[in-house]
Amino acid sequence: MATRIPLPLILLTVAVYIFLVGPLIIILGAAVSDTTYLTFPPQGFTLHWFQRIFEIGAFRRTIVTSLQLACLATALALVIGIPAAYALNRYRIQLPTWLSTVFVLPILVPEIVLGFSLLKSVAVGASLPIFPTLLIGHTLLVLPYAVRVISASLASFDFSIEEAAISLGSPPSRTFFTIVLPNVRSGVIAAFILAFITSINDVSTSLFLTGPGISTLPIQILAHVEQFFDPVIASVSVLLMLLTVAVMAIVERTLGLTFLTK
Amino acid sequence: MLKRHIGWWLALPATLLVVLFLVLPVAGTIGSTFGEGAGPFAPYVNFFSSGFRRRVLWRTLEISLATTAISLLLGFLTAYVVSRAPRNLKSILIIAAVFPLLTGVVVRSFAWLIILGKNGILNNLLLAIGVTDEPFAMLYTQGSVIVAMVYLFTPLMILTLVGVLENIPDDLIQASASLGASPGSTFRQVVFPLAVPGLIVGAVLVFTGSFTSYATPQLLGGEKQMVMGTLMYQQAMVNFDWISASTIATIMVVITIAIVLLMTRVAKRLNPMAT
Repeated sequence: MATRIPLPLILLTVAVYIFLVGPLIIILGAAVSDTTYLTFPPQGFTLHWFQRIFEIGAFRRTIVTSLQLACLATALALVIGIPAAYALNRYRIQLPTWLSTVFVLPILVPEIVLGFSLLKSVAVGASLPIFPTLLIGHTLLVLPYAVRVISASLASFDFSIEEAAISLGSPPSRTFFTIVLPNVRSGVIAAFILAFITSINDVSTSLFLTGPGISTLPIQILAHVEQFFDPVIASVSVLLMLLTVAVMAIVERTLGLTFLTK
Repeated sequence: MLKRHIGWWLALPATLLVVLFLVLPVAGTIGSTFGEGAGPFAPYVNFFSSGFRRRVLWRTLEISLATTAISLLLGFLTAYVVSRAPRNLKSILIIAAVFPLLTGVVVRSFAWLIILGKNGILNNLLLAIGVTDEPFAMLYTQGSVIVAMVYLFTPLMILTLVGVLENIPDDLIQASASLGASPGSTFRQVVFPLAVPGLIVGAVLVFTGSFTSYATPQLLGGEKQMVMGTLMYQQAMVNFDWISASTIATIMVVITIAIVLLMTRVAKRLNPMAT
């Protein structure tokens, strides 16, 4: 028998969900409005503003940069994060306890402080070009997802299966790819998606690491809003939302979304 | 030799990345504020001697506390309903909370520009139903920043708490009811104490997130509602005063870590499951 929930609480929940979803619908409406200013409900219907995104060079360039960054940072974080997560679980006795704390640091340190410190020490201090510095920043930003989500998957993995394979003559590296990795597949996919979405939407870390030559999409949106208040902003926002929907559809297909509440 | 340290070797690249590009640069930022100018704490004396900057710190704390309190309340009550909803409805409600969370901060803050602007939806609505003859100036107020931040963080709170509340067995709630407790007192005396650890985790996430935010206060507060994040950006990129920006960064780091450590201790002490 389910617990009875009082009516005022149900009404509140409905109100909260309208509050959560409403603004996203407003953006959707504003993006197709046939006016030169942002308005809702939309007047007329046009897809002109979506076409306009790609006519603006700054948007074209930053979309490419953001996609490149998100793909590279996610891949890098997985390549170094998976071995770290594996080591933290498999060789827990060998490793000091503070090591797992190291991978919490990127969450603990405010993103904006990370971005500023990278600008000071790496971009200016070590005169590394902007793109590699941005890539380092984004990799750090998403590394905790790779390490923690995959660690959580590995925690329920029975390492005696791996030992069995090795004792039957399978080389350790091959065992890792054929036995361990397939067993934590859902963790890897979850980490990939969370990392990708975090990177593509990031503002605070990228804020200090952009300049006239190079920028990311969210930073470009911020800059555009401050000068123009036209529906292009809404349409570019919808574009980002569509990307999120696409990514979420892939997750829903492969492992269901309930893992996100864990 | 290699074999004995294999764990270390596997964790090395990720550890190096964090140490070289996070620990050292951030330590550099913090270090640069000491021994600068007259006396070891000159930048801090300078920061706190300015009424404007004290006001910015105070405003940031006010906004973060208000955001945390409101999203705790909304998130807790909503998460309770979600956690007790039938299976199918529950997954829809969870998706509806995840979706805004995965939409970027800029996009979600920008939505409130359309809603709260001078010719925005809310003002048009108020004019249409005759509540007012003049549009209200809602943007660039502390309230507009708080509303957008509550919007930003409530989904995070809901998702954090649904996981916690789901683990409270239905039997426990029914036992309380069958022993004569009203729904209200069951909620206060059974559900709430069991949810405290989750509430603390949620509160820490929201407080630290709003305390160090940039995009939302920049879009909805502008220069009028300057907070620590926007002030830091202005000092670093407009005034090129890196010592001042580093001082603000250090204050942010110290407050964030202090809150996390303090609340972790409180959570440990309050956890009713701990023996």
